[in-house]
Amino acid sequence: MRFSAARRASRLVTLLLLPRFAIPPAYSAPKVRLISIQAAPGDFVLAGKWASQRIVVTGKSADGRLHDVTAQTQFKISNRRVAAVSKSGLVTPVADGGAFVELSALGKKEKLHVTVKGSREGTAAFLTEVRPMLSTLGCNSVQCHGAARGKGGLRLSLFGGDAESDFEALTKAEGGRRVNRVEPRESLVYLKSTGGLGHAAMAGAREAEILLTWLETGALWSSKENARIVDLKVYPDSRSLQKGETQRLLATAMFSDGQVRDVTADATYFTRDAKIASVTKDGLVKAEDSGDAVIVATYQRKSAVLLARIPQAGPKPFPAPDGGGRIDALVYQKLNAMGVPPSDIASDEVFLRRIYLDVIGLLPSAEEARAFLAKPDRARLVDELLARDEFNDFWSLKWGDLLRIKSEYPVRVWPKAVAVYYQWVHDSLQANKPYDQFARELLTATGSNFRVGPANFVRAVPSKDPRTLGETTALVFMGQRIGCSRCHAHPQESWTLDDDLGLGAFFARVNYKATQEWKEEIVYTDFRGTLRHPRTRAVVEPRFPGAAAAVKVAAEEDPRGQLAAWLTSPENPYFAKAIVNRIWYWLLGRGIIHEPDDLRPGNPPVNPELLTYLESELIGHKYYLRHIYRIILNSRTYQRASEPNEWNARDTTLFSHYTVRRLGAEQMLDAISQVTETSEKFRSIIPEPFSNWPANFRATQISDGNTECNFLDLFGRPPRDTPYEAERNSDVTLKQALYLLNSEQLEGKLATSPRLKQLLAKSDGDLLDEIYLSSLARFPTAEEKQRLSAYLGARKAARPQAVQDVVWALLNSKEFEFNH
Amino acid sequence: MLDIPGRRGFLRVGAASMIGLTLGDWFRAKAQSVSAAKAKSVIQLWMAGGPTQTDTWDPKPNAGEDFTGPLRRTLATGVAGMVVGELLPLCAKQADKYTIIRSMTHGNHAHETAAYIMQTGSMPTAELVYPALGAIVALKKGANSTLPPYITLTNPLGRFSEAGFLGNGSKTFAPGGDPNNANFRVQGLVPPRGMTEQRINERRGLLKSVDALASQADRQQVYREMDEFQQKAYGLILGDARKAFDLSLEKDTVRERYGRNQFGQSCLLARRLVEAGVPFITINDGGWDTHKNNFEAMRRKLPIQDQGLSALLEDLAQRGLLPETVVTWYGEFGRTPRVVNEAPWFGGRHHWASAFSAVVAGGGFKGGQVVGSTDARGETVRDRPVYPWDLSASIYKLLGIDPHGKLPHPQGCVAYVSPRSLQSGGLLTEIM
Repeated sequence: MRFSAARRASRLVTLLLLPRFAIPPAYSAPKVRLISIQAAPGDFVLAGKWASQRIVVTGKSADGRLHDVTAQTQFKISNRRVAAVSKSGLVTPVADGGAFVELSALGKKEKLHVTVKGSREGTAAFLTEVRPMLSTLGCNSVQCHGAARGKGGLRLSLFGGDAESDFEALTKAEGGRRVNRVEPRESLVYLKSTGGLGHAAMAGAREAEILLTWLETGALWSSKENARIVDLKVYPDSRSLQKGETQRLLATAMFSDGQVRDVTADATYFTRDAKIASVTKDGLVKAEDSGDAVIVATYQRKSAVLLARIPQAGPKPFPAPDGGGRIDALVYQKLNAMGVPPSDIASDEVFLRRIYLDVIGLLPSAEEARAFLAKPDRARLVDELLARDEFNDFWSLKWGDLLRIKSEYPVRVWPKAVAVYYQWVHDSLQANKPYDQFARELLTATGSNFRVGPANFVRAVPSKDPRTLGETTALVFMGQRIGCSRCHAHPQESWTLDDDLGLGAFFARVNYKATQEWKEEIVYTDFRGTLRHPRTRAVVEPRFPGAAAAVKVAAEEDPRGQLAAWLTSPENPYFAKAIVNRIWYWLLGRGIIHEPDDLRPGNPPVNPELLTYLESELIGHKYYLRHIYRIILNSRTYQRASEPNEWNARDTTLFSHYTVRRLGAEQMLDAISQVTETSEKFRSIIPEPFSNWPANFRATQISDGNTECNFLDLFGRPPRDTPYEAERNSDVTLKQALYLLNSEQLEGKLATSPRLKQLLAKSDGDLLDEIYLSSLARFPTAEEKQRLSAYLGARKAARPQAVQDVVWALLNSKEFEFNH
Repeated sequence: MLDIPGRRGFLRVGAASMIGLTLGDWFRAKAQSVSAAKAKSVIQLWMAGGPTQTDTWDPKPNAGEDFTGPLRRTLATGVAGMVVGELLPLCAKQADKYTIIRSMTHGNHAHETAAYIMQTGSMPTAELVYPALGAIVALKKGANSTLPPYITLTNPLGRFSEAGFLGNGSKTFAPGGDPNNANFRVQGLVPPRGMTEQRINERRGLLKSVDALASQADRQQVYREMDEFQQKAYGLILGDARKAFDLSLEKDTVRERYGRNQFGQSCLLARRLVEAGVPFITINDGGWDTHKNNFEAMRRKLPIQDQGLSALLEDLAQRGLLPETVVTWYGEFGRTPRVVNEAPWFGGRHHWASAFSAVVAGGGFKGGQVVGSTDARGETVRDRPVYPWDLSASIYKLLGIDPHGKLPHPQGCVAYVSPRSLQSGGLLTEIM
């Protein structure tokens, strides 16, 4: 296969499709009755003096569950002159030869064959022995030599992202002063790491011996013909654990020269959420609480993941599926496995308000609400909303966030360019343009930024250099934060500087020229354009992320075409996945992979089958995004109540109930304007020329992210400085509470509302119906009607104010301020 | 936030260890420097557009009329050897309270970029959009402030996002309006006109009775948060916080002393906010971009500045607040010392960032000093250049904020309070 990530992903999928084991009532480690045991890694070879191998023993109980029984296992070696085995199951070489490791656990027996080779050869090379030590000893962390300026004169790449520069720093930099080839023991590297010259002692006896051997044998890069690590595996890679249960990990590295090594002790471990599962630095995992645990093992820039499912003791029996389609079946499967039953389906009223806000960003009017509630056909409403022009407005706003559509200094996307760019996005949505075509047009456009909308893709970036363009592409279309490798390699992930540069090189021929018109720029292909490596200054060839070889580019070709073709091909492992996950996030408030712009092996999907299904739906439906919206919106999963039941209140990741969210800034402003039938005047005066939007323009129609509006800032609209989703902030704040409870502006909207004036003539009952329908998309209950009628009745003399009070109270209620 | 010493902090340890200081010593020294914070608040007087230095704090009466225009006189101050321009007589009398920095420089002549540089103390880069001083001070010192910790009087600049990468949560609170106007009210804190306390309380009861989702608050964290914020908000609305903004509580004589204009009353309001514990207040004054008719503008604007600034310094000093309140006065750059007399400028001054002046006072900055100097025409720095980051780092230092400390970044990038070791004239230790 062409893509390593695809391989990883498909492996994850296969693992999760393995038959699931039933859940026993409670975990009881010591008393399980095993029907068989199995030991990892199977038969093995110990090569070299420092080799060692851990053994992890797994028992299968009669109910089919798997248990880590390593701690209850007795280990014996058949020939002590060949190898030794510790009580905990660590096998070390004694002399060349063969032997058996005999295990017995809870009455079951098993044996593994061990071959010992080269037991007297202590070889140490930078790549295989020294480099991993820099990580395990913490030398390349941000507090030490991994800091941007290094420390004490020695600078290592952060988290070991750049092996070659680290090798150079240790052996060649400053005239090679850190390595003394004549007197290896006098080498600075050795002296300092063992506690000499005022440096803290970092290396233990084993590390010191390895380091000394490396120095004595010439401080080489690699022991054999440039061996490099090709893969890392962790055992087990998927497991269902009970709360309190522990699991030992075994990390095994494969090298290009065929070596296979146990690197459990040298790998570093990271847990995504230590409250769900913790992991020690030797790789012992403990299930702390119910949930999905992700443990990432990293060794020499390669990562492997253990996905551990820790179910809760759910209701007995678990409720049967309540119908629905494929999405619901896949979500149910996961909920069932985790013991988390879903909430009920939301009422028609709640569904109505929710889907208006989620799909077109607006509240239903009182008439629309009445019409739907009289004849609640949910599927029909979904179709109607997807066809409305407000859909294009609202989703142009979202795309404006992602594409950074705003006029600004000093990047100089001028108001005219903003207008053209926005219009192109809006037209594309209106025309239901397939998403692959949308992306291709953005990635390959040339021409005037005042005439060709998508040409602004390469302009609306913080800096117009090839690497920024590559990073933006990865973030927007692949959900990959490859740009982090600009400063440092990601501690748990595999993107490196070379990936960042290789992607950037596709944009090396993008160039810009000015015209006679003020601030206009022509984007064109400059065939002489190159990207140079920041350290070596060598010309970087374009290379797809994760690919082994560079692509071939003809002398007069814009390589962006190849990038666009690769990205939008149905086999691409990132493209469809990233967008269906985003849409899921937009509609349900949380991604199947979360954050939706942080897709990486160490951040796996909570429900991979669901994500795969959505991907296949998008590709199978020619990349029509509305199809994905439609199947999600019609699912029972989307239509569930936000109110949790007694089992699922703590679940935030499995989609057992709808995620409550405060209305987004633009939705909130429009909702208040809708209820009061008032409007805002939007304008942008910097940069010039001034832009003024017509009266009755809605906040969700704003094209330019630079438009001034205190309300929108207060309610957390994204500043569009970056394409990160997290820029939009829908947190509740004190300032917002002050504004809504006590501001002249809101009071002004209430006091001047033509709609409230008209409603004064109606009876209390009718008036309350109207207000409730337009703000909460429901009729008031009998009790609410009675209470509010009493409030109005006691204030007949000041009826306009009393009505304003009622509307004010509703606007400040949770039911209004949240999409629930 | 985890406060890991920054890279330059470590470099300094490296240097310190050569002279026999251990890491422990350094951490103790650092702890002392934090506890030795002199300043609690900053009042930044921001002169948007770039005020001329030669007509104000660095007069050059001997440069000839091509440079001085009609403003040929200088004024002696209460401090021997320290002179100011002829339109600043009241400030001349308060010269013992402030220091004039005559050697500010950064060399960028575009408003937006220069304002970014002066307000953030950093040069623009592709990777990070830096927060302004006020956002950082609010982040580090604003935890216990009941009022918003970063307040702008009264309109934000809008030329860049003051919060930078810190995000919307760190944006400045800009109430808008004119404090000199009898109807000046701060949205949110002061009840809208005509809203009685009784009606506020009735509405509060009404809200409670229609809040249908309140019963779910125990199972939905966001609902609980909203309840808490509403309660806190009522604490402010019905409590003392709004009084901080109520200038009618000041005596008329005090209001007159500051000047009955927007700038003067903003200065008075800033003093009240300092008393209420707000760590950073900026007053944005505009109209300094005097390409045309510079001297008419100076005759109009400087008396207002002279009155407001001198009143603020005097008042803070009388109330014992000056030692803990930093006051700064500057814009994004200065203006051409040579007057542009030809059409269409008719006595204007253009942008000038090679050498310009800043005034600092209080909070640990000494008064009655002059830092640096310029050449005979005021065109270039003659000695002791002060770069924007030298000034901002000095202010951080006085506030007990470690300039090498880290800032939280939404995507986990490494970012420091005072971002880069650029060309530097060093901290303003001579006046601290």
